[in-house]
Amino acid sequence: MGTSFGRGGATTFQQDLANSDCIVIQGSNMAECHPVGFQWVMEAKARGATVIHVDPRFTRTSAVSDVHVPLRAGSDIAFLGGIVNYVLTHERYFRDYVLAYTNAASIVSESFADTEDLDGLFSGFDAEGRVYDVSTWQYQGARVQAASGQRDQHWDERTRDEGVELQEEARGEAHGAGGPEIGAEPETDPTLTHPRCVFQILKRHFARYTPETVEEVCGVPREKFLRVCELLTANSGRERTSAFAYAVGWTQHTVGVQYIRTAAILQLLLGNIGRPGGGILALRGHASIQGSTDIPTLFNLLPGYIPMPHAHDNDNLDNFVRAEAAHKGYWGNMRSYVVSLLKAWWGGAARPDNDFCFDYLPRLTEGHSTYETVLKQMEGVCRGYLLLGENPAVGSADAKAQRMGMANLDWLVVRDFSLIESATFWKDGPEIASGELNTTDIGTEVFFLPAASHTEKDGSFTNTQRLLQWHFQAVEPRGDSRSDLWFAYHLGRIIREKLAGSERDRDRPVLDLTWDYPTKGELAEPEAEAVLAEIGGYDADATPLSTYEQLRSDGSTACGCWIYCGVYADGVNQAARRKPASEQDWVAAEWAWAWPLNRRILYNRASADPDGNPWSRRKAYVWWDAEQGSWTGYDNADFKRTRPPDHVPDPDARGPDAIGGGDAFIMQADGKAWLFAPAGLTDGPLPTHYEPQESPFDNPLYTQQRNPVRQVLRHAYARYQPSGTQPGSAVFPYVTTTYRLTEHHTAGGMSRWQPYLSELQPEMFCEVSPELARERGLEHLGWATIVSARAAIEARVLVTDRMSPLIVQGRTLHQVGLPYHWGPNGVSTGDAANELAGMALDPNVHIQEVKALACDIRPGRRPRGPARIELVRDYQRRAGITDETGTEV
Amino acid sequence: MTTTSGTEPGVDPAAESGHRDHPPRVGFFTDTTVCIGCKACEVACKEWNAVPDDGLDLTGMSYDNTVGLGANTWRHVAFIEQRKPLAAQEVDLHHDTDVLAMAEHGSATAPTEAGMTPTAPAADGHGEFRWLMASDVCKHCTHAACLDVCPTGSLFRTEFGTVVVQEDICNGCGYCIPACPYGVIDQRKDDGRAWKCTLCYDRLGDGLEPACAKACPTDSIQFGPLDELRERAQRRVEQLHEAGVGDARLYGADPDDGVGGDGAFFLLLDEPEVYGLPPDPVVTTRDLPRMWRHVASAAATLAAGAAAAFLGARRR
Amino acid sequence: MTTDPDSRPGREAVTGGTTAERGVGARGDGRRRKGRGEQPVVPDTEFTSYYGKPVLNGPVWKTPDVPAYLFLGGLAGGSSLLAAGSQITGRPRLATATKVGALGAISGSVVALVHDLGRPARFLNMLRVFKPTSPMNMGSWLLSVYGPLAGASAASAVTGLLPRAGAAATAGAALTGPGIAAYTAALVSDTAVPAWHDAHRELPYVFVGSGAVAAGGLGLLADPDGDAAPARGFALFGTGLEFAASRLMERRLGMVAEPYESGRSGALFRAGEVLSALGTAGAYAGRRSRVAGVLSGAALLAGSALTKWGVFEAGRVSAADPKYTVVPQRQRLRDRAAHETPST
Ligand SMILES: Nc1nc2c(c(=O)[nH]1)N[C@H]1C(S)=C(S)[C@@H](COP(=O)(O)OP(=O)(O)OC[C@H]3O[C@@H](n4cnc5c(=O)[nH]c(N)nc54)[C@H](O)[C@@H]3O)O[C@H]1N2
Ligand SMILES: Nc1nc2c(c(=O)[nH]1)N[C@H]1C(S)=C(S)[C@@H](COP(=O)(O)OP(=O)(O)OC[C@H]3O[C@@H](n4cnc5c(=O)[nH]c(N)nc54)[C@H](O)[C@@H]3O)O[C@H]1N2
Ligand code: SF4
Ligand code: SF4
Ligand code: SF4
Ligand code: SF4
Ligand code: SF4
Ligand SMILES: [Mo]
Repeated sequence: MGTSFGRGGATTFQQDLANSDCIVIQGSNMAECHPVGFQWVMEAKARGATVIHVDPRFTRTSAVSDVHVPLRAGSDIAFLGGIVNYVLTHERYFRDYVLAYTNAASIVSESFADTEDLDGLFSGFDAEGRVYDVSTWQYQGARVQAASGQRDQHWDERTRDEGVELQEEARGEAHGAGGPEIGAEPETDPTLTHPRCVFQILKRHFARYTPETVEEVCGVPREKFLRVCELLTANSGRERTSAFAYAVGWTQHTVGVQYIRTAAILQLLLGNIGRPGGGILALRGHASIQGSTDIPTLFNLLPGYIPMPHAHDNDNLDNFVRAEAAHKGYWGNMRSYVVSLLKAWWGGAARPDNDFCFDYLPRLTEGHSTYETVLKQMEGVCRGYLLLGENPAVGSADAKAQRMGMANLDWLVVRDFSLIESATFWKDGPEIASGELNTTDIGTEVFFLPAASHTEKDGSFTNTQRLLQWHFQAVEPRGDSRSDLWFAYHLGRIIREKLAGSERDRDRPVLDLTWDYPTKGELAEPEAEAVLAEIGGYDADATPLSTYEQLRSDGSTACGCWIYCGVYADGVNQAARRKPASEQDWVAAEWAWAWPLNRRILYNRASADPDGNPWSRRKAYVWWDAEQGSWTGYDNADFKRTRPPDHVPDPDARGPDAIGGGDAFIMQADGKAWLFAPAGLTDGPLPTHYEPQESPFDNPLYTQQRNPVRQVLRHAYARYQPSGTQPGSAVFPYVTTTYRLTEHHTAGGMSRWQPYLSELQPEMFCEVSPELARERGLEHLGWATIVSARAAIEARVLVTDRMSPLIVQGRTLHQVGLPYHWGPNGVSTGDAANELAGMALDPNVHIQEVKALACDIRPGRRPRGPARIELVRDYQRRAGITDETGTEV
Repeated sequence: MTTTSGTEPGVDPAAESGHRDHPPRVGFFTDTTVCIGCKACEVACKEWNAVPDDGLDLTGMSYDNTVGLGANTWRHVAFIEQRKPLAAQEVDLHHDTDVLAMAEHGSATAPTEAGMTPTAPAADGHGEFRWLMASDVCKHCTHAACLDVCPTGSLFRTEFGTVVVQEDICNGCGYCIPACPYGVIDQRKDDGRAWKCTLCYDRLGDGLEPACAKACPTDSIQFGPLDELRERAQRRVEQLHEAGVGDARLYGADPDDGVGGDGAFFLLLDEPEVYGLPPDPVVTTRDLPRMWRHVASAAATLAAGAAAAFLGARRR
Repeated sequence: MTTDPDSRPGREAVTGGTTAERGVGARGDGRRRKGRGEQPVVPDTEFTSYYGKPVLNGPVWKTPDVPAYLFLGGLAGGSSLLAAGSQITGRPRLATATKVGALGAISGSVVALVHDLGRPARFLNMLRVFKPTSPMNMGSWLLSVYGPLAGASAASAVTGLLPRAGAAATAGAALTGPGIAAYTAALVSDTAVPAWHDAHRELPYVFVGSGAVAAGGLGLLADPDGDAAPARGFALFGTGLEFAASRLMERRLGMVAEPYESGRSGALFRAGEVLSALGTAGAYAGRRSRVAGVLSGAALLAGSALTKWGVFEAGRVSAADPKYTVVPQRQRLRDRAAHETPST
């Protein structure tokens, strides 16, 4: 989303779904995983909208949808690509919108070659390093920076210096907010006929995604597919809008980012972005997972989607900004954002003469994603580990690797509510049972620290729609439980006390930190609001800021996260606002606070036509009021309020000033939404169907079977399966996918210990169709053993018509459904589905592929003890698996 | 307190039970067409009322692992998998077919066979499928058998027209349990007393809506004055019929039915028995006068029989 | 920014349920459906339920407590009648035996009841109200009247004290005794249990018949030859009444009678009938044999107990199988629809 539109957040808010004429839920089981937000889908339905659910399984979402389309897990690009093709060939795109707001007319460099020309590869592929040289994907005569995604890709060209060669894993680490950049305005062809204009490239690229292809790849009968095309296109255009909602059913693939890109292209062609009832709703997971990418827990980002600097020569603030910022759009002000951040962190120590302590920031030399860290643990490089609210022994792919890594540490801190599997693996994990590990041989010192829950502390959640909602402490934490804020603050305080007086340079970044948060109460709990105030920003007089436009690059402002700037405007905790819905309009702007600047629908300038008038009365949202000389409507305009629609910027203007009156995508380096992404992505400017890492099928579209730049991590236990027609692939003939149930939460730490929730889904199970049950002799409520190249797990069997066999490439395919909530601890127990998964990752965001795996299933319980490992080895032998299998390009 | 409920339709149960100037009768309209089976209602009820958990048992009854209403489950969400088209997907498909015969395959089968039962396969094998979900609860009947038969007065009619057990008075006689035509109220094994939904009497008193309705994300459970709910339900059914969902029907909304109408009624998409509800429940006490007459006449017959035995003995 | 709540875009969209086709205009013909008018015709054998789970929560009453309660009530009530008759017709030994038997039976029944309730104090809870809609409540009141009368009657007979009061008590017990024997039919019928509720017309007669059988059996057991003639007659009457009422009941119940006819409950019920018949026949055939009298008496008592147990079990079975709840109700709806259709 960041690369397509400019910001890595849902483009709309859940309440707005009620205004949709058609809602496509694909890659999410919204009713089960987002039941509260789902009320707005039901509201839309009550107002006459059509709801379509595209999911391998018939779920509780399907049950209340108008159309359920079962498809093969891992084939969504083909499905969506088919719709794109339908829209293009049947001329169902919203031409005025596409021309005005997307880069359809932009002309792409001559050196670009498409997958259609290179049999599944784009130009610039380096098979040795398994990376793309992305420079061939640029526009003709212009070079743009991505607003998000891999912005370090062009360091060398942009700084015109010899940079340090980046290691493979660390290729471009930025995502979230923003579009890439263009050196000058790209050439365009408003007739959309130039053979190298984006529109024509798009047409050629998607031409092979015919209904027949969709049927062959996805197993969706073409009538059903065409029905979706008809419904979607009939409900899009000037008068009508359709919305997409997705979650991890799309992201957890080795081509996950490109799934979302396909939806972005489709929604742009249909004119559904920035308009009420339209958009793409990224349904985020954990209560504040959006918040933890905004103010990231990710290794490659700084707050507000500022990329974490890589180690380069000539590494200084100027070069950093030159390399990563954009000439046009709001990323043009990147220096202000960075400097304000440095001021927030290092206060008085950050001065113009020391680059505002830019050197204090760590530098990336390689990838440090959670999976790469586990490899480092196994290698003995990473020696200590803090687990704050995470249960990788159950929740992370290749659970065994997670445990093996943790068993090789010096120390491990687990802060949680319950004794989760990640805290007890050393005495009762599966490796102890199998004899692979011995408790007495594990040297890891494990500290379990009880955590306070959200009712026991103040703080904010940033939810799925970028909304910051404040919660107040209701009770004191019990016993030794403390908040994470308390832990972080006092840990920092104690470290600083220990380092006090140190003369060493390496201690300066810690000692110079502004670490003066007030505390309250007997437990010396830090004031969460003081942290929020710092995040919201203030000027030299400590007056709270109200917009990021106030941020300065001279050090006169401080702001902990530029996109949150204004959350503490007027000294008021804007996130704590709770004006009831009944006392305001449906946008409810006075309930809490959404970034950026309390805008609820992003890019809403696009809800008006280029002249500033609503595209239609029915879908009016934000429009230009010529009398007032400002943008007005139901929401805050995502545009400079006073910039008229006919504004033509000075050719020399830079940054926000360079945005023209019709440039609705203000974060993008060219002001346009990107149908074709000339920068920012590692695996291609356009989405292409690749098979999952492990698949029973060959890629029918190209010789290139899998995403060529996917990450496949290797370690001593990692084994990958053969695919398609490779010998041995038939040993794993079924596709399995993992998912959630309403009744449980993720790796189970918050649900498997609760009797009220556990009784609702008391045990690990698998879901299979009656046909598969017959084929494999599985009995309803009996046991089944599911095997991959990594592990064998057992589960009770639910035979259900909700799983349907599909005809894929002329063959019947059975899919196996596996909830991933269980582990051996707690009230309700079972084997963890993640034992089965391997560490094959999306190359852009390093997310594991757990939504499409190949497996075998057999009746009965799995063997116990060492025999369990033996069973897996037997499968490996039968499939002829070596440590090279599956790792080929 | 002596409570009896009349047997004429359209009565005001609270007034009948001697409440003067009572608030309007409240209840639930549960619209199962928008239920997403999230079970938030079940959990909210347990949390608010501190109802014990009901044991961990994978039943194989689709996603239903709490089986039915009971002493420790006052809200229960039913899940029914059927090979029938999704509502309105194929508008005209299933109205002339024998729905009961079809539904049988989805739900009348024992849990152990539930998933495996070969159902009348659709032509293309799959696709004709729907998954019904419905949240069930005590009906707070206008004529409540449980209340009528309770020998201790533990069950009583509140000023809101609802039916509530008083735990301190209940003697565990168990009479109310087989009396309920819906199989709602049940005995808790450890203490022998009867438990069921109170319609959150304690919350109503504080002006709060019941916990289950509050928790329901899709407004499948709607709480309010019964008159309003009945009107709203009527409109909803008409809308659904207009939209081609001919299956939609109200259950328990008719004040002329065998229990004088339910305080908690439902909009269903199939026959009530598919959801485990009785198709035509009758309050057992409707027949009580006749029972007493037969008891009296049987007693007299017995006395007459005794007299005859002595007369016969003398004659011989 | 405006704050006009009516300004939501798209608000004119019609509210509907599942409207896949609306807005596309292509498919949905919006044909009206009449809903309830189109009840499908259901073949008689078809019935559906929720995973075969019972619709009702069946009786939680324990065995043998409650079957014993039903049996002992019948025995007590019948015995009190025999006692009164014997007193009037000058059969003091039979009178004393049946008075003591009545007291024993009613005491046993109270013990059974209290055991089922768990604690004695819980019985008293029932006397805090007077509630004609609750047969159990009425039964408690009846019990609290009858019990002392039966007690006084027996005490006077055994001790020979206060004979006039004893006679009055005997009369009182005879007046209330039939109620004790019969009310338990209302007790079980006044539930939603199909085999009980639907049998509410005949069950009182089955119950009093069974009570007469039991009392007759007691008389036979207790009394030496010669004096037992009324007991025999009473047993004969009881057997006949029970048999006739049962046949009537089974015919009228249709499929709901199955639990009385087959399975374990059916076997108990049938065994009760057979034993009653055998006991009665034995009583008449072995008129002069004390051994035959004792055996017949025992058979009659056992027969009565089994009948009550059978009734109890039949109720449980009918509540546990949803078909006994659903099919008759479906039939009722269908009959009603058939009646209504021509008139409208
Ligand atoms: N009750 C509950 N709610 C939750 C959570 C929870 O654990 N429990 N977790 C929260 C978190 S952390 C997250 S991230 C979100 C996740 O929310 P969702 O993404 O909605 O959750 P999942 O169940 O993981 O996956 C969604 C669906 O993707 C389908 N799917 C699998 N593979 C494919 C595919 O290739 N294509 C398509 N189109 N669909 C596929 C699965 O069948 C599944 O139904 O939920 C959040 N909400
Ligand atoms: N196979 C498969 N694997 C998956 C997924 C999948 O769909 N399929 N989904 C993935 C996704 S989207 C996610 S988000 C992950 C989730 O995986 P994890 O994050 O590892 O799993 P959780 O169980 O959510 O772990 C959160 C822990 O935090 C604790 N906790 C809650 N609140 C607090 C707090 O305030 N402070 C502290 N210190 N602890 C707290 C909880 O008790 C819980 O144990 O799983 C991923 N793994
Ligand atoms: S658990 Fe929390 S975040 Fe998830 S749906 Fe419920 S309220 Fe929303
Ligand atoms: S449904 Fe049953 S428990 Fe509830 S009021 Fe009616 S009779 Fe009583
Ligand atoms: S069990 Fe309790 S509530 Fe039920 S009838 Fe007996 S006394 Fe009344
Ligand atoms: S009204 Fe209250 S007691 Fe009744 S089901 Fe709902 S939450 Fe439970
Ligand atoms: S009634 Fe509401 S709360 Fe209960 S399962 Fe259905 S949608 Fe969820
Ligand atoms: Mo997540």
